[in-house]
Amino acid sequence: MDYFLSEEQQMIVDVARQITDEMIVPQRAELDETEDYPRDILTAIAKADLYGLYIPEEYGGLGGGCFEIVLALEQFARGCTGVATAFAASALGAYPILISGSEELKQKYMPLIANGEKLAAFALTEANAGSDASGIQTTAVLDGDEWVLNGTKQWITNAGEAQIYTVIAITDKSKGPRGATMFVVEDTDPGFSYGVKEKKLGIRCSSTRELIFKDCRIPKDRVIGRIGMGFITVMKTLDQSRPGIAILGVGLGQGALDEAVTYAKQRVQFGKPIISFQAVQHILADMAIQVEAGRALVYSAAKHIDAHKNDMSKASSMCKVFATDMAMKVTVDAVQVLAGYGYMRDYPVEKMMRDAKILQIYEGTNQIQRNVIGQELNKEYMRSS
Amino acid sequence: MKIIVCVKQVPDAKDVRLDPKTNTLSREGVQAIMNPYDRHALEEAVRLKEQYGGMVTVLSMGPPQAEEMLREAVSCGADEAVLVSDRAFAGADTWATTYTLSMAIKKIDDFDLILCGKQAIDGDTAQVGPGLAERLDIPFVAYVRKINACTGNTIRAERLMDDGYDLVEVELPALFTVVKEINEPRIPSLKGKMKAKKIDITKLTAVDIEADPEQLGLKGSTTQVVKVFSPELKGARAMLAGTPSEQVAQLYAKLSPLL
Repeated sequence: MDYFLSEEQQMIVDVARQITDEMIVPQRAELDETEDYPRDILTAIAKADLYGLYIPEEYGGLGGGCFEIVLALEQFARGCTGVATAFAASALGAYPILISGSEELKQKYMPLIANGEKLAAFALTEANAGSDASGIQTTAVLDGDEWVLNGTKQWITNAGEAQIYTVIAITDKSKGPRGATMFVVEDTDPGFSYGVKEKKLGIRCSSTRELIFKDCRIPKDRVIGRIGMGFITVMKTLDQSRPGIAILGVGLGQGALDEAVTYAKQRVQFGKPIISFQAVQHILADMAIQVEAGRALVYSAAKHIDAHKNDMSKASSMCKVFATDMAMKVTVDAVQVLAGYGYMRDYPVEKMMRDAKILQIYEGTNQIQRNVIGQELNKEYMRSS
Repeated sequence: MKIIVCVKQVPDAKDVRLDPKTNTLSREGVQAIMNPYDRHALEEAVRLKEQYGGMVTVLSMGPPQAEEMLREAVSCGADEAVLVSDRAFAGADTWATTYTLSMAIKKIDDFDLILCGKQAIDGDTAQVGPGLAERLDIPFVAYVRKINACTGNTIRAERLMDDGYDLVEVELPALFTVVKEINEPRIPSLKGKMKAKKIDITKLTAVDIEADPEQLGLKGSTTQVVKVFSPELKGARAMLAGTPSEQVAQLYAKLSPLL
């Protein structure tokens, strides 16, 4: 379907598509096997200026918004959700600085992130703080001109690969939700190290590790926003970034649909290509409907978010739930269409099915998203009644 | 360093067809692309610019449609684009082409290095690079697989040979033709694409480059295509039969007279 993109938006799609077709698709199976971080692909993405899509021009970016990065991510995810995750993680790590950071922090870090010279990562999750972010145990204590961090962050995407980490830590336990603060930690800061690389079901080329802070000392001016505002920054960051996860579902779903239709046209059983059987046609038709519906919702949500900075949560959560549940279903169906061949690693659909699962889990499980939507509905109807 | 890259628009080899009657290339409905070897020449020029500073000008002789390819070259890092286009150029062989390009380059005047692909994938002559160097009376190195260093007025390059490579040092200005081993061409950047959309492409006609009309196009060409045909496949083939050891014995019997 035609979404009436501007000339500039179409260029973003074209550049991202070329990187996907020429670099990501040929390498994805090997990256999945070796679990190697896709450095050369990310370098090509940086050279093509795509790391700066959502960053204002005054900080070296291209001045686009949520919709622009969504367009690029859709293409990357069509090729490999692992590569797309590695790329998206830098934006997730950068948003806290963009949303709440001081002018000095923005000037210092955003140009480096915009040209892809440095990668960022976002650190919220801990062993006892997943869906319930209030369980955070990492602490930050002011000591003279330095903050001293102690604790361990878990399952951090881009850990060990990024140079700039945005980390939330408890600065005043007595203040509850108002007692958490975000900081920028650099890879070279003393007392900062990484845990082992996790072994995952899918998105295996993306890096997932622990961040370990052991009396990690950082300068005082690395606080993002005001002290005690950490949770607010986290919530705004996730509202802004979730359409980026939603669109991974759309790109992945499109990739699975492409594989399924191509295969169904070639595979002959009972003397005919299997696409001529209604049983197969209906599966493919349902896949196509869902992918297109997902795309329409994510595009709309991204545009809404770009226009309404103070009303993002519901749109953001709705598109995340719908598009990622869709991706899970569509990739399972793609394996069914390819059947025995689809189950083998010779075809890309089994990897797509494995990759899809994380989309329903990370950046807030789909159950948590439904909580958000429910709470927003409750608020809306309270206002109107 | 000021670098000129000569590029040619060619039919995409993926969907080339021959007209069965005339045996010439049927260009209708076939997508035109930048000659793949020229893409490597352009990439090398952009890398040299990134290393040493300077600017890259892409130059093409061709029909007005070649403008699209020149814009693509700008999106991949070229700074300026020049299209030499005139009906008078039609039917040019490599002799007339090198004349035309040399006149255009004299008009551009200021350059240190000219890079070309080793050959175009449509004509496959590999004559335009060396012919152009001869016309401009500058040193020429073919099959360049690596440019090692550029110091002051000299440049060092590796020339790919069947059994290794030659290390060649020449004085600038010079002309190199490059092989695909030299680099991996980049994917255009977003800023490059935006620049390419806006850039003014310099268009030069036969009059602009002060060319002698007698030396242009079909009139200026010293070769004429008399006939184009697909060569018959020749070479006899023999299949050996029997057990593997019988086949080896038969093979030995056939080969031993040649030893």
